[in-house]
Amino acid sequence: MNTSNNMLLKVENLQVVYKARRETVYAVNGVSLSLKKGETLGLVGETGAGKTTTAYAILRVLPDRTAKVVNGTIEFEGKNLLEVPENLMRHGIRGEKIAIIFQDPMSALNPIMKVGDQIAEALKFHNKEELSPEKIEEQVDRTLELVGIQKERKYDFPHQLSGGMKQRVVIAIALVCEPVLIIADEPTTALDVTIQAQVLAMIDELREKLGTAMILITHDLGIVAQMCDNVAIMYAGEIIEIGSVEEIYSGKMQHPYTTGLFGSLPDLEKKTDRLYPIEGLMPDPTDLPTGCKFNPRCPRCMDICREVQPGFSVEGTHRVACHLYGGGTGRETDE
Amino acid sequence: MFMGKKSSRSMSPLQETIYRFSQNKVSLIGLAVVILLLLVIIFGEFVTPFENGVKQNIRIRLQGPSAEHWFGTDAYGRDIFTRVLHGTKYTMMIAFPATFIAEVIGIILGACAAFYSRWFDNILMRVLDVFQAIPGQLLALAVVAALGGSIFNLVIAMLIARIPASVRTARSIMISLVGQEYIDAARSYGSRDYHLIFRHVIPNSLGAMIVSMTINLSAITLQVSSMSYIGLGVSPPTPEWGALLSEAREFIITAPHMIIFPGIAILLTALSFNLVGDGLRDALDPRLRD
Amino acid sequence: MIKYIIRRLIVLIPIIIGVTLVVFTILEMTPGDPAKMMLGDGATLEQFQAFNAKFGLDKPFVYRFFNYILQLFTRFDFGTSWLTSRPVLDTLKARVPITLIIAVSSIAFASIIGVSLGVISAVKQYSKLDYISRLTAMILAAVPVFWLGMMLAILFALKLGWLPSSGTGSWKHYILPMMTLGLPYSARILRSTRGYMLEAVRQDFVRTARSKGVPERVVIWKHAFLNACLPVINTIGVYMGGLLGGAVVTENVFGCNGLGSFIINSVKRKDIPAVTGGTVFLAIIFALILLSVDILYAFVDPRIKARYTAKGAK
Repeated sequence: MNTSNNMLLKVENLQVVYKARRETVYAVNGVSLSLKKGETLGLVGETGAGKTTTAYAILRVLPDRTAKVVNGTIEFEGKNLLEVPENLMRHGIRGEKIAIIFQDPMSALNPIMKVGDQIAEALKFHNKEELSPEKIEEQVDRTLELVGIQKERKYDFPHQLSGGMKQRVVIAIALVCEPVLIIADEPTTALDVTIQAQVLAMIDELREKLGTAMILITHDLGIVAQMCDNVAIMYAGEIIEIGSVEEIYSGKMQHPYTTGLFGSLPDLEKKTDRLYPIEGLMPDPTDLPTGCKFNPRCPRCMDICREVQPGFSVEGTHRVACHLYGGGTGRETDE
Repeated sequence: MFMGKKSSRSMSPLQETIYRFSQNKVSLIGLAVVILLLLVIIFGEFVTPFENGVKQNIRIRLQGPSAEHWFGTDAYGRDIFTRVLHGTKYTMMIAFPATFIAEVIGIILGACAAFYSRWFDNILMRVLDVFQAIPGQLLALAVVAALGGSIFNLVIAMLIARIPASVRTARSIMISLVGQEYIDAARSYGSRDYHLIFRHVIPNSLGAMIVSMTINLSAITLQVSSMSYIGLGVSPPTPEWGALLSEAREFIITAPHMIIFPGIAILLTALSFNLVGDGLRDALDPRLRD
Repeated sequence: MIKYIIRRLIVLIPIIIGVTLVVFTILEMTPGDPAKMMLGDGATLEQFQAFNAKFGLDKPFVYRFFNYILQLFTRFDFGTSWLTSRPVLDTLKARVPITLIIAVSSIAFASIIGVSLGVISAVKQYSKLDYISRLTAMILAAVPVFWLGMMLAILFALKLGWLPSSGTGSWKHYILPMMTLGLPYSARILRSTRGYMLEAVRQDFVRTARSKGVPERVVIWKHAFLNACLPVINTIGVYMGGLLGGAVVTENVFGCNGLGSFIINSVKRKDIPAVTGGTVFLAIIFALILLSVDILYAFVDPRIKARYTAKGAK
């Protein structure tokens, strides 16, 4: 495979574990995904599927005492981020080229720092153009206006802002250095429903204006359909289905888990009497089942599913890891 | 994050606490020392009779540690090991009752403040503000100034110095408990206040209170010895540790062993109470563990 | 802000009255007749009556108490010593600076050591340095202050001869008291700083700072530490009470003629007005320290500052 010119990020076989006292949590188990410049990828799955861990691994902000990347490569602009020394990660990449929007704006901002200073901080440490303090202030003002906050509010402390405004500030922090990749980690779950739509629309608009690529982490398939080019469905630390939005929503193949996710989504066009949430719970990440990780909950589970881990069945750009589509034919084994 | 609860699933909270405490080696050492100290009080006479610590023998005065006198001898030729060993009970005689009574008063006043009218709580808090505006050591000094130094008066002094903190701790624990939903639930199906206090609030606050008690024991051990040291507590010839050190002052150059051993006794006692307290706190609430 | 400080100063008045009442009541329980204690059994009836009249002891408790409060607030009069017949305040004025030097130098010493080691200990959690400083802190927190003082005196004054072991002549005389009182409190401050710091580094905003590409040094000190500072300041304020009590004992160990040894000597000589005056004075100092801690707190934390200024504006 050759990296084409507009390939931005290519994650291969990423594996992350957390080591607790006596247990090992297998959080990410061989995730591979790629992203072109300006593209938006939705990373979908339940809580605990390993979405956030994947994101933190890309930025290398995992808690370094407990978390460990045991395998894989993260290629970003041709460099393997897992091998970049920490100081170069900090100088050229983290916050400058890749930025993240965190889930909970209530706790993501430093309570004793003015929000303007928090936005400016990112700029100051990545000040390649040697901007003067006035220029930095200008840039902060511009970014604040971009996210729809009056620039006078930069002297406010976080506790003086509403939840939606705090999230706008968090977004401003991510945008201020004009990164090429934004990772948005469930950017709206902590917000009121009415504000959610506003913030999402704003993110989408800004992303398009700046031509930034984005990984949007969410558990909401509705948001994905609205905003993404491609979708990756994660389950128990693995990507079980990946493809373009059309392929995922109306492709020939569909992973039973994806079907389940759609089943738990109200459909406005078809009149359904009830929703069909997926039965059961996500498996214990310290003790994952053999074979397909979804088999204990799968309504279409077969004998083979309990023993052999399915590989991807490919159709165009659409890939599904399920035995229903002959996936048994072999997936590159990770071990 | 995904801590396995398999091992603790079938255990009661008490068993779970004991289990977690038993996993903590440092705290177990602390507990062992505390038990050892209690055994010394009971069986000290068999180890070395008190007589050895009273018997004066000028010919062997101010001798350093030897096989015969492990901790050496003092200015009157008395065996310091015996005096330190028997000194244990004076510290405990003051520390235990003072801590226990302070805690009981704390629980009672704390429960009243948490449960009953706001004005009682307000008045209590103002009174506590006043008491806590006086450093504990000075409050104890004032009591001794008025009543004189004796073991009983020291208990009173320590009580008065400690009650404000005990009440405050108990009150904050109980207020946080009363705010919880199961109390409202119990109230909603008609539980009476005293039932709530004795069945829910006190049992649930006990753990935290025991932790504060062990920490208090350590603080009182230190405070009692310093009162005796400055000559306002138990006075020589009673072999209370602080009093031993007070006697030893003038021999700081000639016989430093007189200073070292009683000090280590105080240090070990205070340390082991602290270790037990820390271990209990971690065992009761593993989230607080560092 | 100034309005807030003034309001807090006004709140101090009832506290001081309360403190005086407590000290008065406790000392009132002294058994025996003060005149007899001071003048001895050999004195004449006239001498007794004169003594009682001079110190107002012929008046009832309530009168004496209110008179004391009145004198305290109007003339800053802390009573008259039974022993020397001189105003207690005169002695206090001479002795308070010594106590303040000891208390302030030791809290500064304890804070610098405790806070910096506490932060490093938390950042390098489970490292060798963390274990060693935690172990040392655990032991130091259980050391009796006066014993530590004696041990330091043996080491630095008697064996090494570097420092004087008693008196208050030069700055060198204050080093041993500072270490004696400071070391146990540095241990306590280390432990709480470490705890708050561990909490702070796990906060989301610290991760935000890191994700911005801010250098780790800035993440730790500017983001995590400044936030952990708030509870640490509070804890140090709470420790001040114990530290002032410890200063009394430390002065005794090193023969410093401060407020502490004045109180101890007055207790031994049953000079009740001197004990009252000394204790009330020290309580006022303590209250002022707590007040400045609160103000400092409000100064660092914009949330609290906002609350106070908002209230103050009303």
